[in-house]
Amino acid sequence: MSELVQDNSEETGPQQLPLDSWHRERGGRMVPFAGYEMPVQYEGIMAEHLWTREHAGLFDVSHMGQLLFSGEGVDVALESLLPGELQKLGEGRMRYSLLLAENGGIHDDLMVTRLPANNAFEEDAGAFYMVVNGATKWDDLGVLRENLSDDIRIAHLDEQALLALQGPEAVTALERLVPGVADLVFMTAGAFDWQGNPLWVSRSGYTGEDGFEISLPADCAVAFADALLEQAEVKPIGLGARDSLRLEAGLPLYGHDIDLETTPIAADLGFALSKRRREEGGFPGAERILMEREQGSVSKRVGLTIEGRQPVREGAMVVDADGSEVGKVTSGGFAPSVGAPIGMAYVPTALAAPGTEITLAQRGKIHRATVTPMPFIPHRYVRKKG
Amino acid sequence: MSRYFTEDHEWIEVENQTATVGITDYAQEQLGDIVFVEVPEAGREFARGDEAAVVESVKAASDVYAPVSGVVTEANEALGDDPALVNSDPEGEGWFFKLSLTHPDQLEGLMDETKYKDFVSKL
Repeated sequence: MSELVQDNSEETGPQQLPLDSWHRERGGRMVPFAGYEMPVQYEGIMAEHLWTREHAGLFDVSHMGQLLFSGEGVDVALESLLPGELQKLGEGRMRYSLLLAENGGIHDDLMVTRLPANNAFEEDAGAFYMVVNGATKWDDLGVLRENLSDDIRIAHLDEQALLALQGPEAVTALERLVPGVADLVFMTAGAFDWQGNPLWVSRSGYTGEDGFEISLPADCAVAFADALLEQAEVKPIGLGARDSLRLEAGLPLYGHDIDLETTPIAADLGFALSKRRREEGGFPGAERILMEREQGSVSKRVGLTIEGRQPVREGAMVVDADGSEVGKVTSGGFAPSVGAPIGMAYVPTALAAPGTEITLAQRGKIHRATVTPMPFIPHRYVRKKG
Repeated sequence: MSRYFTEDHEWIEVENQTATVGITDYAQEQLGDIVFVEVPEAGREFARGDEAAVVESVKAASDVYAPVSGVVTEANEALGDDPALVNSDPEGEGWFFKLSLTHPDQLEGLMDETKYKDFVSKL
């Protein structure tokens, strides 16, 4: 037997994250990912996936990059690289955005929050906290340093751990330990305290479920993860289920569904272009991106449901009637909550309408698929209190 | 009856000139939740090392090679409806296919259960 599909992260001497032994002690199977050793699964991807959809899953996402930006005019400065409305972003509010390249391609996708006076990082009000992908954080830092003026200070919070608690019971479990978090709504964040340790908690995540992301000092990460795991609702969840959950939620994965070759319009991330920014431009690649927004892009990211039971994976071809390649699958796998194989692909815009039947080719075999609206599983974000 | 094992984590149960082939408990444990198995049609002829089947977990697809040369006499159709049989009973009900051996001498190079256990313990 041989693995046909493997994690394609670089394997140049992976580093260990703060919770490394914690994962191993709990049966986590560790694999190299984004330069670190990370748990791919504990009891099994299927069980962990379903547990998160029904209860609460604890993910270690400490490999991700946590950055702080401060200085006079920091919002205007960041807007020169990101297409989101940051000048009017309220304190404690966050936004999904894109670090754009000059040609309209995407360096990274990220979450950015404007900090209030009371934050866990001892920063002044108005500074920005950003979470970027682990595999791209060093490149991102290069792009950011190169393009922001010296007046903007950038701090890489490499002594902070980052945990995600996701699922319908996440709020119950976390509120027990950290009273007050239940008052947050989706895409807001605030400072909290756990046994004297400063936490920065946002109601956000990447599974489609309600849940939280918690930034905390690395030296209290093990104790806090232990306290979470003592809650009956919580189990540790690995990268494998994180991937199947985000795929069902229709969320793109950087380096797979989006990269420097894809634009926000082709990637169907037009919502990340705030209204004022669309009207004013002034971000990298604006000319191309705004033109594509008006006239359409050549290809578009769509969701696929695959006929039969066999998963169609990243790299499979979308083919026309003659068998010529017209697009490609960028994510694919078996969706535990859907009970069928699903995927994401780039297809010519003419084939992007939901209901369109398309043909895929993988390892010499033809698979039939239907373009399907995403998310595959409805999002359950908590947008209002109560 | 004798059971043999390969370094690619296949098992081969031989009775007369027919071999039943599957993947080992160690292999299914490594793969995790099995969601699909593609088994070969009866009548196909394999040389040792040919790609004979595909097993897919939630995470990845893996080839299964013919551990010995032979002609497929039967595929395990039960795996179509219930691929998780490979997880629950890998070395029994979760078998993949049966081969009529064309080169029985190839069995000589394979491991027995004791040697395979020793092999796996060093991985």
